[in-house]
Amino acid sequence: MARIDLDHIRHTYTASPKSEADYALKEVDHSWHDGGAYALLGPSGCGKTTLLNIISGLVTASEGRILFDGKDVTRLSPQERNIAQVFQFPVIYDTMTVFDNLAFPLRNRTMPEADVKRRVDEILAMIDLGDRAHRKARGLTADQKQKISLGRGLVRSDVAAILFDEPLTVIDPHMKWMLRTQLKQLHRQFGHTMVYVTHDQTEALTFADTVVVMYDGEIVQIGTPEELFARPKHTFVGYFIGSPGMNVVPVTLDGGTAHVDGEAIALPAPPRERPQAKTELGVRPEFVRLTRDGMPFSIDTVEDLGRHRIVRGHLGAHAIAAVVPENETIPAEPRVTFDPAGINLYADSWRMELEG
Amino acid sequence: MVNSEERLARNRSESVMRDAPAGGHAASGASSDAMARRMRKRGESARWSWLVPTIYIVFLMLPIYWLVNMSFKTNHEIVTSLTLFPRQPTLQNYVTIFTDRSWYSGYVNSIIYVVENMVISVACALPAAYAFSRYRFLGDKHVFFWLLTNRMAPPAVFALPFFQLYSAFGMIDTHIAVALAHCLFNVPLAVWILEGFMSGIPKEIDETAYIDGYSFPRFFIRIFIPLIASGIGVAAFFCFMFSWVELLLARTLTTVNAKPIAAVMTRTVSAAGIDWGLLAAAGVLTLIPGAIVIYFVRNYIARGFALGRV
Amino acid sequence: MDKTVNQKAWFMLIPVLVLVGFSAVIPLMTVVNYSVQDTFGQNVFFWAGTAWFEQILHSPRFWSALGRNLIFSGLILAIEVPLGIFVALNMPKRGIGVPFCLVFMALPLLVPWNVVGTIWQIFGRSDIGLLGWAVDAIGIDYNYVSDPVDAWITLIVMDVWHWTSLVVLLCYAALVSIPDAFYQAARIDGASRWSVFRYIQLPKIQHVLLIAVLLRFMDSFMIYTEPFVVTGGGPGNSTTVLSIDLVKMALGQFDLGPAAAMSLIYFLIILALSWVFYTVMTNHEARQ
Repeated sequence: MARIDLDHIRHTYTASPKSEADYALKEVDHSWHDGGAYALLGPSGCGKTTLLNIISGLVTASEGRILFDGKDVTRLSPQERNIAQVFQFPVIYDTMTVFDNLAFPLRNRTMPEADVKRRVDEILAMIDLGDRAHRKARGLTADQKQKISLGRGLVRSDVAAILFDEPLTVIDPHMKWMLRTQLKQLHRQFGHTMVYVTHDQTEALTFADTVVVMYDGEIVQIGTPEELFARPKHTFVGYFIGSPGMNVVPVTLDGGTAHVDGEAIALPAPPRERPQAKTELGVRPEFVRLTRDGMPFSIDTVEDLGRHRIVRGHLGAHAIAAVVPENETIPAEPRVTFDPAGINLYADSWRMELEG
Repeated sequence: MVNSEERLARNRSESVMRDAPAGGHAASGASSDAMARRMRKRGESARWSWLVPTIYIVFLMLPIYWLVNMSFKTNHEIVTSLTLFPRQPTLQNYVTIFTDRSWYSGYVNSIIYVVENMVISVACALPAAYAFSRYRFLGDKHVFFWLLTNRMAPPAVFALPFFQLYSAFGMIDTHIAVALAHCLFNVPLAVWILEGFMSGIPKEIDETAYIDGYSFPRFFIRIFIPLIASGIGVAAFFCFMFSWVELLLARTLTTVNAKPIAAVMTRTVSAAGIDWGLLAAAGVLTLIPGAIVIYFVRNYIARGFALGRV
Repeated sequence: MDKTVNQKAWFMLIPVLVLVGFSAVIPLMTVVNYSVQDTFGQNVFFWAGTAWFEQILHSPRFWSALGRNLIFSGLILAIEVPLGIFVALNMPKRGIGVPFCLVFMALPLLVPWNVVGTIWQIFGRSDIGLLGWAVDAIGIDYNYVSDPVDAWITLIVMDVWHWTSLVVLLCYAALVSIPDAFYQAARIDGASRWSVFRYIQLPKIQHVLLIAVLLRFMDSFMIYTEPFVVTGGGPGNSTTVLSIDLVKMALGQFDLGPAAAMSLIYFLIILALSWVFYTVMTNHEARQ
């Protein structure tokens, strides 16, 4: 239970970094409030595990400070920080029983045996392994082992935060859903600060109140799932979140109008500043309308997903996807328009604010 | 707004307090100082852990250093004074070895029979290891254990019978006799190592190859052998090692023409006493082939010593 | 892995069977043959029955050599296994130190056995050897040629020098295969150094330790060359182990019958002890 402040953290694995590119984690300066459920979302190699390990203390950041509830813990070990962490692949102590595995973190902290037993029994019930408590952990299946790992993360009730590093990778889809729901429930019940690393947007969006999207060693956006969907701050967020991802087409700007391949698109408002750099227009497939009037559009494929259809086609040379609800018909000679509510403008991949 | 948030936070922490067993909480608080101290101590011990391998390597290298040191000294210096470095460095001992045929032919002989043994052992062990790793057949476990028992056979037991056996075939003092004798313990070892590596290759690879129309010999040579190349390397390394270091059988089965270097070394004892410098130089030269081989396999050495079973 | 039943696999064993048959079975038959016969020279043999076996089993010379063998194997296992584990635990896991350590540690394993003897014979002498000179210099009277205790210490230190690296390398191979996440999880769980060893590292190296103990036991029980070079079995008979006694008997005195009988008994002891080790340790593993 702690508020976590990341004070100008940077990290590099090279001894003498020469440029920004040498940093596995570019500057992070942010504060995570007590009891929040956060997800760190991003493709592999984006630095999310590095950030997690810096929080837990397995890695000491090259620059900057970490504070738990205002106390500087930068130089402290994971144990002193009182952190729990669950790893991607099951880490269990083979020669111990399931019970001893769960009791291990408690006994290491010299908790009285009666309390250990009570606490472990609770966790055993939660992860549904009560009937195997006194069997050796060695013979269990991968997802049972991972449940033990999860259980060891949850068994200490006084931790500053619980960190999850893609904990459900080895678990089959049905079980994934169940465990995720359980984690969510636990979070509501006990209010631990939880940080959950994943590359799966569904996992991130369903688990967390706040999603932190990382790309190339940098935090590109922090926001609620709604914010990430409606106003992606970076084209990467647009691509990465949503299925299919946001359409991004290069445009030239002329006041309140954007031009793409000679076609004019009216913007909801002109941008506040005139960008010098590469300008792009992003619009989610949910805001693309197939109509009888608008810009010329050629359809390549139509995927019927039941509730809606995904239409993939081209606007000039640019691939565009559109989501069409099941009850709407697709015109015979379709043209395309963008709903102004869903239009975002990007300069050098970063979102531009519009006037008004 | 702020107040309500604070209250929420307090409520949460209270619920946790209630949840955490009171005793446990106190205990963890009391011991946290001790724990912190322990952690720091652990960090320090990690910082000094390089000392252990360093001291160990120094212990390993000291006798070798002394041997090398002696090989560059004259006998006079060796016997009269104890010096950490040669006062009058001399190459005379090495010159003697490289100019005297009976000396350097010892090295050639050793290398010939070691290489012969390596080739024979690995070539014979390959099909057998494949059989053990892929098939079950009548008596497989017994044969495997019987093969391993030969690795346990003391060379001293076999010295005399080997001598008589090879005498009967007129093979005494040939390289091949030593190579074959060393097969006694190297073939079982090679089978064991290769079986370990082969078991790590999924059986599906064999089946796919057969479906693709490969015949067994073609599959074995074109596909399978490249896959276990590191295993073959490790097996060859071990055959080299045990054949190179063995002396009892090699000495028993040779007289002049195939005499290994290790046996030639006993010549330094003469009526005038032991020629220490020459003995040391000969010893140093026997270290070199081993050192070269280790250097080439250094990246596989750890896995190799675990015989492919890690 | 599921293996298919295929009796034709026997054909693949033919090269190995021929080779090992030639170099193991025939010599062993010779030994058996000698062990039950007596000779007065000129290749005339008489049936001697179990006389040689009885003679060997009743000779104090055999039993004391066997005792020395067992003590020697016990001592070197007791030193080399813990020391090897200790060194392996402290070895660097990555970086330039790794190949450096591996190459230097493996070196003694590839020294011909009589050269090992030679190295220590020189090293331990107080007149020309660094060790002997240093020990004498600090005031300890040390002479492995005349003092049985010193001879034993020299042989044991030599064997530790020669073979501990085998244990180190086997354990190291197993240790580096443990994923980092295990150590990280242990740090987070607040495990002590001992717990990390007991619950993460030891289970992982158990299997290779079995190999190491078996190999070290067998080889130390068969040891011949190194003590032969250093002490020649002396002073007196204090370092005469079974191999040395056997070679003395067979090639020195040409007592073929007793030597053959002793060979068989010796071989059977090794087989039996190895088998016991093997079953006890694999059973222990299976129970877990």
